[in-house]
Amino acid sequence: MKNIHVSTKVNGDEMEFICPPDETLLDALRGRMGLSGAKEGCGTGDCGACTVVMDGRVVASCLVLGAEADGAEITTVEGMSTGDTLHPLQQSFIDNAALQCGICTPGILVAAQNLLERNPDPSETEIRYWLAGNLCRCTGYDKIIKAVQIAAAEMRGA
Amino acid sequence: MQYMKPQTAAEAATLLAQNAGAARVLAGGTDLLVQMKSGMIEPQMIVDIKHMAEVREIAEEDGGLRIGAGVSGQQLGEHAGAVAMWPGVVEAVELIGSTQVQGRCTMVGNMCNGSPAADSVPAMMAAGAVARIAGPNGVRDLAVEEFPLGPGKIALEVGEFVTSVFLPARPKGASDAYLRFIPRTEMDIAVANAGVNIALAADGTIKAARIAIGAVGPKVRLVEEAAAAIIGTKLEPEAEAAMVAAARAAASPISDKRGTVEFRIQVVGVLVRRAAHIAMARAKKAGENT
Repeated sequence: MKNIHVSTKVNGDEMEFICPPDETLLDALRGRMGLSGAKEGCGTGDCGACTVVMDGRVVASCLVLGAEADGAEITTVEGMSTGDTLHPLQQSFIDNAALQCGICTPGILVAAQNLLERNPDPSETEIRYWLAGNLCRCTGYDKIIKAVQIAAAEMRGA
Repeated sequence: MQYMKPQTAAEAATLLAQNAGAARVLAGGTDLLVQMKSGMIEPQMIVDIKHMAEVREIAEEDGGLRIGAGVSGQQLGEHAGAVAMWPGVVEAVELIGSTQVQGRCTMVGNMCNGSPAADSVPAMMAAGAVARIAGPNGVRDLAVEEFPLGPGKIALEVGEFVTSVFLPARPKGASDAYLRFIPRTEMDIAVANAGVNIALAADGTIKAARIAIGAVGPKVRLVEEAAAAIIGTKLEPEAEAAMVAAARAAASPISDKRGTVEFRIQVVGVLVRRAAHIAMARAKKAGENT
């Protein structure tokens, strides 16, 4: 098994790592780059806990090979805040109790941010469909949807 | 395991042929990686075909569209020309998986996975789509209805892979639709599905139609008898009933945890009827706008 040299950009920073060809982007992020925000839930693309943005598109990083990240731009939950200032979505999740155990939260924040970049004023249905691939077993979704709506309104006003 | 990034179709075909049985094609990877993780397959080589320009593009060709094998579902859904020309195909592709899966999954991968319940395949068959296949002996074209052979089995020879799918030009006053039944609102596998493509004559009668059904047999199939039942009609109740009966007669489903034989046969008829009416309404609108 020949290891692969990968050059990528993560949260705006140039990153280089070496990984075996069958290693996932999720494992490379967590194990090689020290970015443990993305979580492994199911490992089969069903739960969304490992969601990151790759070249502008939301993807399940458990279904991407690390080798495929060569030349790509990746954004993870670690790239959301500006210094100590939380992203409005992060603040809204705290304010509106949209998280409990927190395993699903990074993936939902990343997916929600990508949605709001595409559509600053999504309907509740649009939010629910966009986040259908992010499973949460604690809050029951309603608080998550509400937190996204409140953050979206705030971001539109800002 | 080796990870290869061929830059040309010939290079990819050589890798696949030389490593027959041990190499797998990677495009979106949303099926491949799941199969690898579950231990279903243990490839010695991954051939990532996304580094060929033609595989990443949606290109206009002879009034139709050529969709590269690496074009993600989301990329297709963002293409205004594809949405306008083949709304049924686009809506079928956009029903595959979640947003995260849509960012990676491809229409061609959905076809190559060989699932009898694949969402995009009935819509592609109804559209008269043609797969372009590259291999050690060059390039060949194959109609999508010839592509699935059975569960997980597809019409690719050793060393061959699909580089693109061609969605043909369509006359004015034509459109398509895709519907599936799933027990929940999102992220599920079709219990039955149907794609319908209709072209209208100037007087509003159906001059051409193609109807395909999935998840109700070992492979997605075109039902010519169902299409024949509505050609020359305006989808009046009698023609509609004959179409539905033909679709149900062509279904040969199994019972499993997601649906019984009886349920699937019943539902596939309902889906064909509803999809035909949607396609008809869209075709009328397309005729008015051109």
